[in-house]
Amino acid sequence: MKSIKNHLSLVIALLSILFSIQVFFVVDRSIDAYKENLANNYSVIAVSQKRLSNHDILSINKIISNVEELSPDSVIKRLNSNMQSKNVELLKLSLPKFYKITLTSYPSPEEVSRLTADLLRNSSITKVENFSSTHSTTYKLLLLFKNVVAIFALVVIVVTLLLIFKELKIWQYKHNERMSIMGLFGAALWLRSAVLFRLAIVDALIASFLAFGIFIYISSSPWVLQQFSNIGISVVIFNPLEDFAILLGVALLISTLLASLIVIGHKEEV
Amino acid sequence: MDKVIIAKDLSLSYSNSETIINKANFSVDSGSFVFITGASGSGKSTLLKSLFGALKPKQGSLVVGGVELNSVSRSKLNFLRRHIGIVFQDYKLVKEWSIDKNIMLPLIINGYVKSVAQNQVDKLLKHVRLNHQAGKHPLELSGGEQQRVAMARALAHNPILILADEPTGNLDEYSSELIWKLLEGANEQLKTTVIVVTHNIPQTLNVDYKHYHIEYGSIHEVN
Ligand SMILES: Nc1ncnc2c1ncn2[C@@H]1O[C@H](COP(=O)(O)OP(=O)(O)OP(=O)(O)O)[C@@H](O)[C@H]1O
Ligand SMILES: [Mg+2]
Repeated sequence: MKSIKNHLSLVIALLSILFSIQVFFVVDRSIDAYKENLANNYSVIAVSQKRLSNHDILSINKIISNVEELSPDSVIKRLNSNMQSKNVELLKLSLPKFYKITLTSYPSPEEVSRLTADLLRNSSITKVENFSSTHSTTYKLLLLFKNVVAIFALVVIVVTLLLIFKELKIWQYKHNERMSIMGLFGAALWLRSAVLFRLAIVDALIASFLAFGIFIYISSSPWVLQQFSNIGISVVIFNPLEDFAILLGVALLISTLLASLIVIGHKEEV
Repeated sequence: MDKVIIAKDLSLSYSNSETIINKANFSVDSGSFVFITGASGSGKSTLLKSLFGALKPKQGSLVVGGVELNSVSRSKLNFLRRHIGIVFQDYKLVKEWSIDKNIMLPLIINGYVKSVAQNQVDKLLKHVRLNHQAGKHPLELSGGEQQRVAMARALAHNPILILADEPTGNLDEYSSELIWKLLEGANEQLKTTVIVVTHNIPQTLNVDYKHYHIEYGSIHEVN
């Protein structure tokens, strides 16, 4: 019972840090996946006096992934009921060319305006419609969401670290006595701090594996998966290899850092 | 005869406060039994602290077990301490450890094999009549029982020097007798040098001993 209490405070603190990190990962991935979704639905329309080859347009900016010439037929169809086909052919020739340009990724507002400028630099392109106001609202909303989550995660981490440092004073006192006594019987520093580092490493392992279990559970929960498919994205919520390695690394880093602080702060009483 | 301790013009004080031991000269022969007496606050515990290197000499020189304590490296001090057994006035037991593990501490530090160490602990628990309390933690024991655990720990690794600060301070006559017998045994059989701070020197001791008295910062031998 007492030994569980010994571990509990650090394990819970570490868990909350690991949780914040993982939540941030998931949000980051969701936004990336969502952007990809948006990129597929977003396009820029360019109007040109002359016919341009696909290659001409693709070379204008690297962000362009595909170009599609829009057929003027639909426009003309509305007119041609009372027009002679000869005139229609003439009209077709004089009409400008419309191109639907799709992009490799969802652009930032800067990328949109750069692309627009690049397109307009081509002498035959006379007009570009980039739907910038809708685009930038969506983009800003995504960015805001990501930043809010990042700040939130950061606040949780900072507050937890502050709590840990407060707790550190108690641990320091608790471990100081044992370490002093061991020192009085000639124990070398590594032996005096061995218990502490073992405790730190065990706590980091407990926290990491608890986090592992929790995230595996969450990432396989049908409800959670349903939420993501509702938005139309598929996201890796928890990668049992890479994410776990990061979480374990962070937990070990924090706990051994704490142990080192206690060892450095250790004062032998006279 | 070999000297375990040589003090020359030894002065001791805590950081910047008044001098507690002033220019003391004394030496302790290897294998001897020494009593130190003095009024409360005269500096007996302070002197012991200097002998295991917890308090550096302010002035003069102090050599214990061939180690010059004025300017000793930490690793050399650790080495020296592994050959000293100390009974502290306030016991200094590790609260979160069982008394068995407390007694085992010097054995762990000296690298004893676990099974050998465990045997030694069992034997010592019997010697201090605490085998029925094995596995308990220090705070589950009475003051006198804790003191006997501290005694067992000081004897565990067969040290060459035992420093005991009022080791019978909390004990009845029967238990005190037990402690004196243990110290006497170590001194006679293992030729351990024993230095004991006490308020009353036992009358029943079978060994020759020296007696130093501390008064007004000076140490003098009593005959
Ligand atoms: N850690 C310390 N810091 C400062 N002064 C101390 C410290 N420990 C003891 N002293 C002072 O040193 C003096 C001698 O203390 P010491 O503990 O050596 O006395 P003692 O002879 O062992 O007394 P007692 O018989 O009561 O144990 C006392 O005046 C005490 O106030
Ligand atoms: Mg004292």
